[in-house]
Amino acid sequence: MTDTAIRAQSRVLSGSQARRQSLMDKAFQSATAFFALLVLLILGGVFVSLVQGALPALGTFGFDFLTTQVWNPVTERFGAVSPIYGTLMTALIAMAVGIPISFGIAVFLTELAPPWLKRPVGIAIELLAGIPSIIYGIWGLFVFAPVFQQTLQPFLIDTIGQIPVVGNLFSGPPFGIGILTAGLILGIMVLPFITSIMRDVFETVPPMVKESAYGLGATTWEVVWKVVLPYTRVGVVGGVMLGLGRALGETMAVTFVVGNAHRIGNSLMAPGTTISAAIANEFNEAVGELYISSLIALGLILFFITFTVLALAKIMLMRMQKRAGA
Amino acid sequence: MTIISKTVIRSAIAGLAGIVLGSSAYAQNISGAGATFPYPVYARWAQAYQQETGTSVNYQSIGSGGGIRQIKERTVTFGASDSPLKPEELEQAGLVQFPMIMGGVVPVVNVPGIQPGQLRLDGPTLANIYLGEIDSWDDDAIKALNPDLELPDLAIAPVYRSDGSGTNFLFTNYLTQVSEDFKDQVGSATSVQWPVGLGARGNEGVAAQTGQTRGAIGYVEYAYAKQNKMTNAVMKNQDGQWVEPKSETFQAAAASADWSANPGYYVILTNQPGAQSWPITGASFILMHRQPQDPAAARSALKFFDWAYANGDKMADELDYVPMPDNVVSQVEQTWTTGFAEVNGEAMWTGGNQ
Repeated sequence: MTDTAIRAQSRVLSGSQARRQSLMDKAFQSATAFFALLVLLILGGVFVSLVQGALPALGTFGFDFLTTQVWNPVTERFGAVSPIYGTLMTALIAMAVGIPISFGIAVFLTELAPPWLKRPVGIAIELLAGIPSIIYGIWGLFVFAPVFQQTLQPFLIDTIGQIPVVGNLFSGPPFGIGILTAGLILGIMVLPFITSIMRDVFETVPPMVKESAYGLGATTWEVVWKVVLPYTRVGVVGGVMLGLGRALGETMAVTFVVGNAHRIGNSLMAPGTTISAAIANEFNEAVGELYISSLIALGLILFFITFTVLALAKIMLMRMQKRAGA
Repeated sequence: MTIISKTVIRSAIAGLAGIVLGSSAYAQNISGAGATFPYPVYARWAQAYQQETGTSVNYQSIGSGGGIRQIKERTVTFGASDSPLKPEELEQAGLVQFPMIMGGVVPVVNVPGIQPGQLRLDGPTLANIYLGEIDSWDDDAIKALNPDLELPDLAIAPVYRSDGSGTNFLFTNYLTQVSEDFKDQVGSATSVQWPVGLGARGNEGVAAQTGQTRGAIGYVEYAYAKQNKMTNAVMKNQDGQWVEPKSETFQAAAASADWSANPGYYVILTNQPGAQSWPITGASFILMHRQPQDPAAARSALKFFDWAYANGDKMADELDYVPMPDNVVSQVEQTWTTGFAEVNGEAMWTGGNQ
């Protein structure tokens, strides 16, 4: 409809029709506002019930809960240090592996791949995202861990493991499972999320901008690094954050390969645990108020960690935008 | 944000599954929740029972702790737990407890050159392995028990169940009975703080991890070890005899136990006397209210248990569980007559085969 047609029609609307329309607009607005506020309500509810559930544990252990490594259901002494460490460490490894690979795939798909290869690779990446996490866990335990144990782990121990200081992170017996394995599996799991977002935002870069850069004699690398990335950095950071969020909260796959020990090993190959793995492992059989409350307190901590990470991401984005604007 | 709510929801579901799915609107349908260890045999019985009588039994395997919580909150007709409640706890919650089925926990190893049933272990040695005090397969303590075996100079990698489980309870309960150090440093529960080793999820996880790691030792339910043809160890029992894990030795442990002397059947079958007794044997228990809110449902649950005692042995056997000995069954049915409160002047249980 052209503008004049719309104007003509609105002139035809009688007074009662206009009133009805504005009423419906209002109803629509309040309905959508209600749904939007519902999210806040649910989030608030989750937070309140977590705090309520965690109170007995936090009241008993106080600040010690965040600083001790003991996790002993028999004596009912609980501390959250090792699951927190495991959560952050596995997520860090996942990001260290996932970001560069995702970036490589996305650049290849948008800038370098021949057209006939783009679709199959793109679909394969999206299929990776569709695999349920338990499948990753089982695959990690039965396929990846034994291969890792027999090939890469001994190699890492013999090479990096021999370097002073850093070597400590790659020492100890090759169990196959542990913090490092969990991190690597998580890295594979976050790949499709980060990759597909990066690919989508890379594709939003107007061809004209890129062509201009190429016209000035820029190499592909320079175009990606100096044109595409600055143009899309908000989206790229968003994709990375989505992946990080998944890595922090992932449960099923991690419980299979992390080793599930409430200890902080000096090596990345040592077994450890994460917050979500500890909850999933122990909630079913937990008896006693303090034990259950400690597990809920772990959930509350995960809530805080994820919230902090998202908040930091937002702040980072705002800074970047400001700098770009200046 | 979605990530957080996912985790929270997941943990909430674990607890809520029983409430939502376990409670049923029909008295004809029996709802139960609890231990995961007896789940396969309960499910099998329920299926056969439904075919025979049309009554369905809905059992949710949410873990022993969950089962105890659910029955205390009266959201299910019966709860199930792998570790028995103490008599005073039963009294306090107004619950009746009885054993339903048994199984054994078996140490399995992955040591090059060692065949199933060759390695001999006793309780204190097993405890020291899991305490990290024995850390090599050619340790003198293991050599002394196995003078004829060629034991390699290989580090021991202890593998444990990371998820809270009845298997953990039985294993740690046994070790606390045979080792003071283990009792002091670790203790016994469905989850404990292990000083060494690595945790794997579920029987399948322990089996896989043990199978993959050279020098590993783990412990799994008997059914699991048998079906996967794992290298089991032979154990020295309280009488100093070497015993193989099998139905006969599990049943010997149950038969030697003094059920009648213990109110609420508070008997833990680990480290039982008797020349044939397998030392890490356990029963799985059923919990019901003395004064059920829905007597009709409770009555039909008892009918199901009665049917299972009478007809379920073969099915249990096929799944490598061990049925309760006959003398224990008749004691349990005696308990049913006297243990429950009367409803309208009538006993809850007036004898079987009705």
